[in-house]
Amino acid sequence: MLKLIARRLAQMLLIMMTVTLILFAIFDSDQFKRRLAVSELGGFGVSMLSEADYQGWLERKGLNKPFFERYVEWIGNVSRGNLGRSVEKNADVSTLLGERLRNSAILALAVLAIMIPLSLALGVLAGMEEGSLLDRVISFGAVVSTSVPQIATAVLLTVTLALGLRWIPAKSAMIDGFDFRQLILPVLTLLIYDIGYVVRMTRASMAEVMTSHYIRTAVLKGLPYRRVILRHALRNALIVPFTLIFLQLNWLLSEVVVVEVFFQYNGFGRMLYDAAIFGDVEVVQAATLVAVGVAVVSQLLSDIGYVLLNPRVRFV
Amino acid sequence: MSTIQPNSVWPSRPTLGGLSAFQSLILLIVLIYLPLVAYVMFANQLGSARSYMLLPAIPAVVILYAMSLRNWRESPIALIGATLVFFWLMMAVAAPYLPLLDPNKPFAPYAAPGSIKNGVTFLLGADMRGRDVLSRTIWGCQRVLVWGITATSIAYIVGAAFGLIAGYLGGWWDEIVSFVSNVLMSFPVMVLFILILNYLGQSGFNIVVAVTISSAPAIMRIVRGLTLDAKTRDYIHAAQTRGEHPVWIMIVEILPNVRGPLIVDACLRLGYTTVAITTLTFLGLGLQPPDPDWGLMIKEASSAALVWKFSYMLIIPAIAVSTLILGFNLMADGIREMSLKD
Repeated sequence: MLKLIARRLAQMLLIMMTVTLILFAIFDSDQFKRRLAVSELGGFGVSMLSEADYQGWLERKGLNKPFFERYVEWIGNVSRGNLGRSVEKNADVSTLLGERLRNSAILALAVLAIMIPLSLALGVLAGMEEGSLLDRVISFGAVVSTSVPQIATAVLLTVTLALGLRWIPAKSAMIDGFDFRQLILPVLTLLIYDIGYVVRMTRASMAEVMTSHYIRTAVLKGLPYRRVILRHALRNALIVPFTLIFLQLNWLLSEVVVVEVFFQYNGFGRMLYDAAIFGDVEVVQAATLVAVGVAVVSQLLSDIGYVLLNPRVRFV
Repeated sequence: MSTIQPNSVWPSRPTLGGLSAFQSLILLIVLIYLPLVAYVMFANQLGSARSYMLLPAIPAVVILYAMSLRNWRESPIALIGATLVFFWLMMAVAAPYLPLLDPNKPFAPYAAPGSIKNGVTFLLGADMRGRDVLSRTIWGCQRVLVWGITATSIAYIVGAAFGLIAGYLGGWWDEIVSFVSNVLMSFPVMVLFILILNYLGQSGFNIVVAVTISSAPAIMRIVRGLTLDAKTRDYIHAAQTRGEHPVWIMIVEILPNVRGPLIVDACLRLGYTTVAITTLTFLGLGLQPPDPDWGLMIKEASSAALVWKFSYMLIIPAIAVSTLILGFNLMADGIREMSLKD
C-alpha cells in the first residue's frame, strides 16, 4: 500500500512541476509582460514608450533574463511564500490570497457540512431498491437539480428568497463585517447542484452493491432488512462516495467563481475573476497555482482514502 | 467488417426511402447544423442567401424529432428530454422566420410582460434598454446551440483521436497522452477557462479552444478505456491478421463499436458546454455583446434591474438555459437506460 501511495505522490509532484512550468511559460509570454507594463506604467505610458525604452524597462525589472534562470528564481520565491504584488489591490498577493481563501473555505465548509449527510442518506435510500417509487422520485430530483446551472439557481433563489419574500439580502459583499444571513444564498446555490451529483453517485454505488451475491445471501439467511443495509451494504456502498467528496474540492474551486461573482462575495473565485478582468497578472498566476495545488492534493487524499477503505485494492 | 452492436441505440432498419436510420440522421444533421453554423459564424460572407438559408432546416428538425419519438418510445425520460432539446433547436432554426421584434433594437424600456406599448405587444416584457425579451431569448438560443455543438464536437474529435491512440497503440504513446491529460485535468475547469481566455483573448473561437482543452482529456479517458476493452476482442485480431492499417482499425473497426457509451457521454457533455458558454458570457469572458445570449441577459439584468418588479428579465433566461440542459441530461439518461435494457 505504501508503494502505491508513494507512486501516486511522485506522480502528483511531477504534475505540479509541469503545471508550474506551463504557468510560468504562459505568464512569461510577451503579451503578459506588456500587460504587466500597462498595469505599472498605465496604458497611455506604455503607448508612449519607444521600443528601446520598453526593452530598458524589461531590463530594469529583470524580465529579459534567460527563461530558466527566472523560472528557478520564481519557484524559489513561491516556496518562500513570496507570490508577488497585486497592482490593483496594492497588497502582497500572499496576504490577499490567504484572506480570500479563508472566505471561500467558510463557504466550502458550510456546503460540505450540509451536503455530505444529506446526499449520502438520499443516495442510499434511492439505491436500496432500484426502480421503486422512492428511487424514481429521488433520481428525477437529482437529475433536475444537476441540470440547473449555478447561474440559473443563483438567479431563481435570489428572485424568490431575496427579492420576492425579502427574507435574506440579495448580495453577499459583507461590507459591515461578517453576516451569517448573507452566506445563505451562495451556500444554497452551491448545495443544490452538489447534492444532486453526489446523490446520483451514491445511488449508483448502492444499487450495484444491492445486486451482489453477498447481500442476497444475507437476505436469504433471514437477517432483518435494516441490519443487511446498515451492516452489510453500507460498508461497500459508501467507498466511492467518500472518495468523491474529496474530489468535490476541485469542483468547488471552479464553481465558486460564478457564485462569488454573482453574489459579490469576497472569496477566492471573485479575486481570480477581478484579477483576470483587470489584468492583475501576478494574482492570476498565484491563484491558478493555488487552485491546482488544492486540486492535486485533494485528488491524492481521495486516492489514499480509496486505498484505505477498500481492502480489495490494498492487497493487490 | 463487424459493426454488429448488441446494445445499439439506433436500430438500423430503413426509415427514409432505403436509407438506414444512421445515414438519414447524418443527412439531417448536415441539413440543420451546417446552415446554422454558416448563419451564425459567417453572417457577412453569405449575402442574400442568408435570408432563406435556414428554411430547409425547419422540416428537417420536425423529421428528426419524429424519428426520435419513434426510436425512443420505450423511455419516457428520453422523450421528455428530446422534446425539450428539439423545442430549442426548432426555435434556433425558425428564429429568422418568426414574427419577432429586432432583438437588438430598443423599443420600450421596462415594459412589463404582456403589456402593449406603441401598438406592440411585449409577451415577455422588454429589458432595461427596451429590447424585447422574448425575441432576445429565442435568438440567444441560436448562439448558445451553435457554439455549444461546435465546441463539443471539436473536443470530441480531439479527445477521441488521442484516446484511440493511447488505448490502441499503448506503450509510450499511452504514457505521454495520459500524463498530459492528467496535467490538464488537475486544473479546476473555471480556472482553466479564465486562464485560457485571458491568454488568447475573448471570442467565440477561443471558447471553442478553451472547451476543447478542458474536456478533451475527460473524453480521451473514456475512449481510451473503451479501446482497451475492444482491443482484446476477436474482430480486432481478425482485422490485424488481415493486415489492416492501425489508423483504419482505430477509426473503422473500434470507434463504431464503442459508440454506445459515447453517445450518452456526448449528450451530457453538450449540457456541460452549454453551461460553460452561458457562464462565461455571464462573466463577460465569452461571446461579446450586443448580440443576444442568455448569459449576457442575466449579466445585464443582474446589474441593472435587481428588483422584484423586473425579475422577469432574470428568470426568463435562467429558465431557458435550465430547460435546454435538462433536455440534454434527460436524453442522456434515457438513452443509457435503454441501452442497459437490451
